[in-house]
Amino acid sequence: MKTNFLKLVTLVAVTTLFVACQETKEKEISQKVETTTVQEVAMADKGEVTTAKGYGIGDIATDFKLKDIDGKMVSLSDYKDAKGFVIIFTCNTCPFAVASEDRIIALDQKYKEKGYPVIAINPNDPEVQPDDTYELMQAKAKDKGFTFPYLYDTSNTVYASYGATKTPHVYLLKKEEKGNVVKYIGAIDDNVRNGDAVKDQFLANAIDELLAGKEVSVKETKAIGCSVKQKKA
Amino acid sequence: MKQLLSILLTIVLVSCRNNTKEVAVDADTVVETITDATTDTSEAIENASYNDLELVDFAEFESRYLQQPALETTYVINFWATWCKPCIEELPYFEELNKNYEDSNVTVVLVSLDFPKHIEKQVIPFIKKNNLQSKVLLLDDPDANTWIPKVSEEWTGAIPATIIIKGEKQQFYEKSFTYTELETELKTIL
Repeated sequence: MKTNFLKLVTLVAVTTLFVACQETKEKEISQKVETTTVQEVAMADKGEVTTAKGYGIGDIATDFKLKDIDGKMVSLSDYKDAKGFVIIFTCNTCPFAVASEDRIIALDQKYKEKGYPVIAINPNDPEVQPDDTYELMQAKAKDKGFTFPYLYDTSNTVYASYGATKTPHVYLLKKEEKGNVVKYIGAIDDNVRNGDAVKDQFLANAIDELLAGKEVSVKETKAIGCSVKQKKA
Repeated sequence: MKQLLSILLTIVLVSCRNNTKEVAVDADTVVETITDATTDTSEAIENASYNDLELVDFAEFESRYLQQPALETTYVINFWATWCKPCIEELPYFEELNKNYEDSNVTVVLVSLDFPKHIEKQVIPFIKKNNLQSKVLLLDDPDANTWIPKVSEEWTGAIPATIIIKGEKQQFYEKSFTYTELETELKTIL
């Protein structure tokens, strides 16, 4: 009797373990599948992201309310004295974004006091790009000593309304009576790879022109960047 | 009996553990690769002769593939980089296309936009590890604002991006492909 009971216990215990183990496996497999699906959806979605119009020169950019790395919410309307904004969609690990970090800090330090502060927004969904979690954004901002807000686009809508397709992707806005008008879209300068070899500082030139009361002469530029990592909404 | 129980338990536990470990290692490898691509600060490499890789500036690339492409050849030109995850995921489809359409005068050209300073540590090892058979170029031309619109006015600069060219016919795509999608697009231009 005792032996039979032990046998039963053993059987139950082993079965339970097997089932538990199987569940873990299945869970892992389903997680894997989920990740794959997310990526595939993101890929399929990319066509839509690029064809989505976003802002053009002269459009009014809508305000947003996004969380900064210190937990505070940031909106354009918070900046009562700003003459405009340098909105930069950027992220933690894209080599082009990383290569631009020092230049973005320098731009903020130079133009914040002149009325054009930098506001950086991370458009990537950490479920698709695991290096872009809020915690890793905090670490990045701290390590690099970001002097500007680094916002988390949790709603996944701000990048789309602007029409940002990649990181880094710059939008220069000028505060006018009718709203924040888009004055320049594109790259920081003509050499993302090497800041020392830059010949044409597109963004700085555009801000200088606005500060001098002129129209921006080079309104749109292009640069290679990492595609915005998003899954389908 | 007790012995049997403990043996069984051990087997079950060990098999469970192995499985978990494998998954964890996979994740680590991915992270490591990405980190490598961004933290390497080695100096730029001047030498442009590599067995598996050719360095070209845009003028060379343009004259070879965009301005006067051979009429009988269809070029499928894919812009990618070793650090670009969606690019790496679709590379096998371009390799497959290159192999399957070899006899139809289709040439796949993989244009890496990696930084030249990463050639030896990143790009060449990647080409070797994945045994890439298609032609691989590294487009070494920092003034992207000048050359991106010459590839296509539609291109915002995000990668992956692909252009299919046959004579006067050109089609541009700023998107990721599956093999079927890629083959479908190729057939519209062949």
